[in-house]
Amino acid sequence: MSGHNIKFNKEKLDKIATDVLKPLGFNGAFKVWMSFLTVALLACLYAYSIQYREGLIVTGMRDMVSWGMYIANFVFFVATALVGMLISGVIGLLGYKWIKPITRIAEIIAVAFAAVAGLVIVSDMGRPERLLHVFMYGRVQSPILWDVTVVTTYLVISTLLYLLPLIPDLAIARGRGHEMPKWQAKIYELLSFNWTHHPKQYQLLFKSTRLLFILVIPTAFAIHTVTSWLLAVNSRSGWDSTIFGPYFLTGAFVTGMAAVVIAVFFFRNSYKLREYLDDSLFDKMGKLLEFVCVVYFYFNLNEFVVPAYKMKEFDAVHIHELFVGKHAIMFWFSQICGLIIPMIILLWKPFRKPVPLFIISLFVIVGAWLKRYIIVIPTMEHPFLPIQNLPNEWIVYSPTVIETMVTIGSIIMGVMIISVLAKLFPVIPIWEMAEEEDQNEDKTTKII
Amino acid sequence: MSSEQSNKSNAPKKSKGLNSRRDFMRKIGLIGAAATTGAVSSGFTSSSSANNEYVKVLTSDNKLVEIPKSQVQEVKLNTAALQSRGRIGIPGKRWVMVIDLAKCRNARECIKGCQEHHHLHPYQYHINTLVMQDNPQSAPYNMPKPCMHCDNPPCVSVCPVDATFKRQDGVVLIDNERCIGCRFCMAACPYSVRVFNWEEPFQAQLYKEEPMEYDVETNIPQKKGTITKCLFSADCLRDGELPTCVRACPNEVFYFGDQNEDAVTNGTTRQTVVLSELLEKNAGYRLMEELGTKPRVYYLPPKDRVFETPEKPDNHHS
Repeated sequence: MSGHNIKFNKEKLDKIATDVLKPLGFNGAFKVWMSFLTVALLACLYAYSIQYREGLIVTGMRDMVSWGMYIANFVFFVATALVGMLISGVIGLLGYKWIKPITRIAEIIAVAFAAVAGLVIVSDMGRPERLLHVFMYGRVQSPILWDVTVVTTYLVISTLLYLLPLIPDLAIARGRGHEMPKWQAKIYELLSFNWTHHPKQYQLLFKSTRLLFILVIPTAFAIHTVTSWLLAVNSRSGWDSTIFGPYFLTGAFVTGMAAVVIAVFFFRNSYKLREYLDDSLFDKMGKLLEFVCVVYFYFNLNEFVVPAYKMKEFDAVHIHELFVGKHAIMFWFSQICGLIIPMIILLWKPFRKPVPLFIISLFVIVGAWLKRYIIVIPTMEHPFLPIQNLPNEWIVYSPTVIETMVTIGSIIMGVMIISVLAKLFPVIPIWEMAEEEDQNEDKTTKII
Repeated sequence: MSSEQSNKSNAPKKSKGLNSRRDFMRKIGLIGAAATTGAVSSGFTSSSSANNEYVKVLTSDNKLVEIPKSQVQEVKLNTAALQSRGRIGIPGKRWVMVIDLAKCRNARECIKGCQEHHHLHPYQYHINTLVMQDNPQSAPYNMPKPCMHCDNPPCVSVCPVDATFKRQDGVVLIDNERCIGCRFCMAACPYSVRVFNWEEPFQAQLYKEEPMEYDVETNIPQKKGTITKCLFSADCLRDGELPTCVRACPNEVFYFGDQNEDAVTNGTTRQTVVLSELLEKNAGYRLMEELGTKPRVYYLPPKDRVFETPEKPDNHHS
C-alpha cells in the first residue's frame, strides 16, 4: 500500500465512521466489566504480594523443577503477541487486502501480550527488586539479555504500528464532532498530531508503516526464536533440539491466529460490526489458521517422532512421560484437540463460519497454553542425574493456588489492556476501510 | 574468617568471627599490599587501639618488623572488598578434586559439614551423595556429587548479570548480592548441583541478631530468592585449608589439590599424591564428558570396593 494516492468515498467513510465509533466510550456495561476485572486482578495481586513477602516457596517450584507455570505462561504470552507481525507484516506485505479490518485488532493483541509478557517474567524472579541489575550488569552472552532486548523492541514497534495508523482515524473522529468526554477528546487531540488528511501526510504514513512492517518481521522472528533458546541452549532432554526456533515460531502463529479469531468474533457481535467482520473474513482467517496449523503440525512431527524412533536413554524417558506417562492427557489433548482435529476440519468451508471457527479457536488456544506447560515442566522433572534425598513434595511439580492466581492475573491484565484500548479507540481502521480500491488491482486468484 | 584451626580434625569449622592471631597477621599483610599498590583501602573498616607496646608483624614482602601497637589497626573486610577479592581468586592455582568411588560408604559427613559451613536447610545440598547404578548388571555404588566447577560452565554462560562467575583458580562462585533469582543457571546445569533459596535461609534468625558482612567465598549470609551452590569452600582455600567436605570425610574418599602442582591431598589421611598418576592408574573419569563442560572434579571408578553394595537406587524417572 505504499506510494499510491489515497482516495476516499465520502459516503462510505461516513457510514464506516458512524458504525465504528458508535460502540466506543466507557459505558455502563464496560464499567461493570472493568470493575469485575479490577477486583479479580486485585485478588491476584494480593497473591503476588504473598509471594513477594514469603519467597518463591509459595509456588510449586523447587530445586528440581525450578521453572514452572510462570515460564510456560511467559512463552505463551510471547507466542500470542507474535500475531501482530503475522497479520500486518507477513500477510500485509504480501499484498492481501482482506486483512484490513483485523490489522488493528491484531496489533492490540500484540501490544497487550508483549507488554504483559515482560511482567510475567518479573513474577518468576526470586529478586524482582533487582530487575535493574539486568541493565547495570547485563552480559551479552546470556539469552536473557537477548530476550529483554528483542521483546522491548517488538513492544515498541508494535505500539508504533498500533498508534500510527490510528492518527487519521482520530482526526476523522474529531472532525466529525464525535461525542466523548473531555479527557478522551484531549487524548484524541494529542494522538492525532494535527492531522489534516493532506496527501503528503498519508505518503509519510505509508512510508513509515511500511518500514515498520519490514522491521517487525525480523524482530518477531527474533523474539520467539530467542524465547525458544531460553530452553534450547540447555542440554536437558526435551529441550536439546535444533528445531526449537522454528518449532516455537510456527506454534506462535497458531496461538496468535486463534487469539485474533476469538477477539474478532467478540467485536463482530458485541460491537455490531458484522458488516465489516463478515463471513468471508472468517473464511479467510480459517484458511490462514489451517495453513499455520499444517506448518506447526509438520514441526511437531519432527520434534516428537524423530527422538521417539531413536529412543535414546533420556529422550526415551521424556517421550514416555508425554505419550503414556503422567503428562499424557495434557499432551494428547493439546496435540489432538488443539492441533490435529482443527487442522482436519478447517478444510471444510462450514467449519470456517464464524461460530464454528470461534469454537475451534478456543480449543486451539487452550491446547496452546497446555502445550507450553508440557514443553517446560516434563523436561525439568527428569534431569540427567537421579533425584535422591529430597522430600517427596520437592520432586513432583504441581502449581499452587498462589502461582495459579498470579498466572490468571497476567491473563486478566492482558484482557484489561485489550478492553481499554478497544473502548478508547476504533477497533477497525476507518480510513483504510473507506479507502477506494484501485480499479486495476491485480485480479489474480490468491490462495488466502 | 577462621577461628583456631590448628588441630586439623575432620570436624568442619564451627565458630565464626573470632580473630585469631594468624588471621590478624593475614589482614595486616593485606593492608600492606593495598598500600604498596595504591589499591583500594576504602574497603576496610578500622578501629585503632592506643597502647605503648610493640608488636611484630609480617609485611606483604615477608619481612618481620616491629611497630608500636598504637599503629596497628584491626580491620574487617567489608562486603565490597570481599566481593572484589572473591571474584579474582587465588593467583597461580588450579583447584581440582578427585573422588574415589571405591571408598564411599555414604557416611554423609561431607554433607553435614557442608550444610553447617554454608548455613543450609537440611534439604539443601551443595554436595549430595547419590546411589548410582550404571547398568542393570553392575552393582550400585555411592557417588558424592559436588559442583563440578566446569572449565566450560553452562551456568556462567547463561547468567544475565554476571552473578555466577568463573575465577582464575578454577572455582565457580555465586554472588548473592548480584543474583536476580532467574534460575537460568539451574536449568543450564546438567549435574543439578545448584540450589535455590526458595524461602528465608536456615540461619535467618542468626543474621538478624548478628548482622555480618556478606562473604562471596562462603556465600554467607544466604539470601532468600537467590542461588547458592558448592564453592569448593573458597574461604578455606584462601586460608590454605582443604574444603570442608574433604576434611569431613572419614573414609578417605576425597582428594583435593592444585592441578598446577600436579598434587592432591587426601582429606582423611592427609597424604599427598601425584594427581596425574592417581588418575592414570585408576582410570579417572569426569561426569558426562560428552557435554563438553570440562569438569574440575574427577572420579575414580568403584572398582575393588571397600563398602557393601547399597540398595538399588529408586528409579528417578518414575
